[in-house]
Amino acid sequence: MNFAKKIFIILLMIFGLNLSCAVADESAELVVEGQPILTRTKAPSHMENIDEVRSGWTFRIKETQALQMDDFENPGMIFVDKGIDLWNKVEGSKNKSCASCHGDASEFKGLRTVMPKWNASAGALWSMEDHVNNCRTEQMGAEPLKWGKAPMDSIVALIGLQSRGMTMNVKIDGDVQTMWEFGKELFYTRVGQLDMSCANCHEDNYGVMIRADHLSQGQINGFPTYRLKNAKLNSIHARFKGCMKNIRATPYKVGGDEFRALELYVASRGNGLSAETPSVRN
Amino acid sequence: MAKGVKPRIKVPKQASAGEAITIKTLISHKMETGLRKDADGNKIPQSIINRFTCDFNGSNVVDFDMKAGISVNPYFQFEAVVPESGEFKFTWYDDDGSVYEKTKKITVS
Repeated sequence: MNFAKKIFIILLMIFGLNLSCAVADESAELVVEGQPILTRTKAPSHMENIDEVRSGWTFRIKETQALQMDDFENPGMIFVDKGIDLWNKVEGSKNKSCASCHGDASEFKGLRTVMPKWNASAGALWSMEDHVNNCRTEQMGAEPLKWGKAPMDSIVALIGLQSRGMTMNVKIDGDVQTMWEFGKELFYTRVGQLDMSCANCHEDNYGVMIRADHLSQGQINGFPTYRLKNAKLNSIHARFKGCMKNIRATPYKVGGDEFRALELYVASRGNGLSAETPSVRN
Repeated sequence: MAKGVKPRIKVPKQASAGEAITIKTLISHKMETGLRKDADGNKIPQSIINRFTCDFNGSNVVDFDMKAGISVNPYFQFEAVVPESGEFKFTWYDDDGSVYEKTKKITVS
């Protein structure tokens, strides 16, 4: 029969996802494209009040968790693709692209796990964005990219992706010790009209509901992260800014000393977890 | 032509006859609804992917008609049973007249 030859189709429209399960699947294990990612581990020794550090992934509902387990479904990968285009784009007075010097981004495997770190020649604590902009202005003769905007976040995500699955290991002593201590102080300092510190939510109350959502430990091992709420990549500093607005505080400057110090301290709280860039959160 | 449009598809390379395979497709597209206004108060014209089709060896598999409410970067996932080896052809139709095509071969054992 002609009929039998025709293709038999089963359409499973995924729009009607099962919404009945709205609790975090806390025992789930994260495997991305066959690669296991460590989402729970013993807290680093400098943390006094938490025994186990947990990736923000463990606090999300299983539908959100599933998005991160498949690179095709991870919307953050769209931005990584844009990052690759930008990586290969020749810009600036010296007619170079990132690829002219670095080839493919895999050269930076492992870099994400140690950022932010001290840059001896600049004499400052550098985030990934600083490396990108330094290359652009010094090597390419191009305009620096603006922090927290799509082009920058895409490149940062592309570089971060190379280290996915590797263990976060940010250095906290030596040259960066003062910055780290400053960051720690900021983490525990109450600010804003609600008079809250980072620790009030992300240390004292993680796992508890905040409105319709679970508070996480505020780990940044998955940044830049794709958020379902704004359908784009979110940088670490942009997230800090969002948090500060939520507690009715005046945010510090993106790329400023306060956020750099806080980035270092918060990153060090995730030492031992795997880098997850680009993660998916709500 | 809309900027930054890139179709992506995920189809298994091999399948056994009678097996239901999962096909995932995504096209990055800004999907401008036509309802927003720019800073000067002028309407931003609609610019969306209005139709998506998938064909297998010339016969139609799915045909989606899309309206302005579809989110940015439309994603479709469906299952299909393939009777023989062949080629899937995916086509996206843009409001501005552009047509984006991609094909993927599958071997049925």
